[in-house]
Amino acid sequence: MGMTMTQKILAAHAGLSKVKAGQLIEANLDLVLGNDITSPVAINEMKKMDNQSVFDKDKIALVMDHFIPNKDIKSAENCKCCRDFAGEHQITNYFDVGEMGIEHALLPEKGLVVAGDAVIGADSHTCTYGALGAFSTGVGSTDMAAGMVTGKAWFKVPSAIRFELTGKPGKWVSGKDVILHLIGMIGVDGALYQSMEFTGDGIQYLTMDDRFTICNMAIEAGGKNGIFPVDDLAISYMKEHSTKDFTIYAADEDAEYEQTYTIDLSQLKPTVSFPHLPENTKTIDEVGDIPIDQVVIGSCTNGRMDDMRAAAKVLKGKKVARGVRCIVIPATQAIYLQAMREGLLEIFIEAGAVVSTPTCGPCLGGYMGILAAGERCISTTNRNFVGRMGHVESEVYLASPAVAAASAVLGKIGCPCALE
Amino acid sequence: MRPKLQRLEDMMKANGHVFKYGDNVDTDVIIPARYLNATRGEELAKHCMEDIDKEFVQKVQPGDIIVANKNFGCGSSREHAPLAIKCAGVSCVIAETFARIFYRNAINIGLPIIECPEAAKAVQAGDKIMVDFDSGVITDETTGQSFTGQAFPPFMQEIIAAGGLVNYINLSKKSPASKS
Repeated sequence: MGMTMTQKILAAHAGLSKVKAGQLIEANLDLVLGNDITSPVAINEMKKMDNQSVFDKDKIALVMDHFIPNKDIKSAENCKCCRDFAGEHQITNYFDVGEMGIEHALLPEKGLVVAGDAVIGADSHTCTYGALGAFSTGVGSTDMAAGMVTGKAWFKVPSAIRFELTGKPGKWVSGKDVILHLIGMIGVDGALYQSMEFTGDGIQYLTMDDRFTICNMAIEAGGKNGIFPVDDLAISYMKEHSTKDFTIYAADEDAEYEQTYTIDLSQLKPTVSFPHLPENTKTIDEVGDIPIDQVVIGSCTNGRMDDMRAAAKVLKGKKVARGVRCIVIPATQAIYLQAMREGLLEIFIEAGAVVSTPTCGPCLGGYMGILAAGERCISTTNRNFVGRMGHVESEVYLASPAVAAASAVLGKIGCPCALE
Repeated sequence: MRPKLQRLEDMMKANGHVFKYGDNVDTDVIIPARYLNATRGEELAKHCMEDIDKEFVQKVQPGDIIVANKNFGCGSSREHAPLAIKCAGVSCVIAETFARIFYRNAINIGLPIIECPEAAKAVQAGDKIMVDFDSGVITDETTGQSFTGQAFPPFMQEIIAAGGLVNYINLSKKSPASKS
């Protein structure tokens, strides 16, 4: 029996010619990531270790992105803890205000992750980099601490589900609609402990930003990682952004999959996840009359250039409905600058939206858009759990940037096609 | 001071009253992000389960056990979640299934957890139960029923007995999988 793409990457990093699902292995890591929430806990754990030196100062990335520019004194102290640690250990890839972006948009953009890498990050959405053909997965702070010191992590080799994507998506269907549809189909634990491997001729119609969005939300189906094959588009992305050598792995013909699903992209419609789980999906024609108070367009899921352009296309020459607050957050400084150069920020501001510096803030109810009791938000983020964005009696609906922007204009959840 | 391995047989049992929850208990309700500016377990424990069960913190006693259905601990990777549960005094979490990052984190910080679909269904809130991690046997002392959950692989038992991954690495100088 052959190996899946994920299994091949893990085998190579464990120095083994072959691995099988369920096997425990120890893998060498190409990058260990942490942010301003998870790194302070990891740093504290590291201080309890006998060996307190980092395995490689170039293979650790610390990104201050959740609560910065700092929202309060405790957050400021957490960032200071990271900053001091980065200084002490001379961490090359430390990103603070002015350079930072939302970690999972920033790392590929900076060329820090490429195909064939094995990456752990103390953030659940670390699975994003599967779009580049890397194995990457979220862990906790203690795993991060162990990874920073040893350069290794233990894994149970995952079994896999294959998703065969066919057909060409319609005009208003994006990567977000693909992944929300998929989670609606298999549920929030549908891929528990497993890798989600994407194949099929439909992939050629998905941009890199679509693929980042799809892999980003693999965790919302319980997956260990999501991964795309490396095609010409992925190669040109890496050549543009990175100087690192990359290795292309492909699944064996006889790789074992526990299940295969086929998704015809041409049949998908814009999709919305209703509270309080990402699996509660409805297509845009099924949503009914849902008035909203707030719109968030951004995050590690949908704060990239494609997302800014999609939102601007809908908002151009329109006004955000009275009574609706629309918050746009480009995910990195480079995206912010590019959006400015393309005139997108002007479109947002003229429409009555606000544009923020990169931050994870509102997605997890940190700051910059907290909801009051009874308020509703449509958001391009990744989770709509109880209290995720504020009060336990508030509601979050997940959607694509185009649907979120259209909803901002309509004052209720709606389709961009309604504004054409 | 160098941590010592505790006697496995002492570590490998839990006994307490049950707090019962449903499917997909996410780490946002276990410890809401508004408290993530804190890093210490004792501080986090004051808000443990706040958005799903406001009374939990007042009612929980040292040794008590959380029992839930499928996908416990889904969502954010915040280690603050198992840390809050552990520091609130909970001795074990039993669930039909766990989300994988929560599972890793719990093992790594030394919070015992066990998967047992039968116990997750049958055990009721307030029952007094005993868990033997070595055998995976869960006994409901209130109803007299007993169940067998999935016992930990030996290396996970050793991490828990060491009090977590950091102590384990300090003791063994190796990461766990290299020994398996």
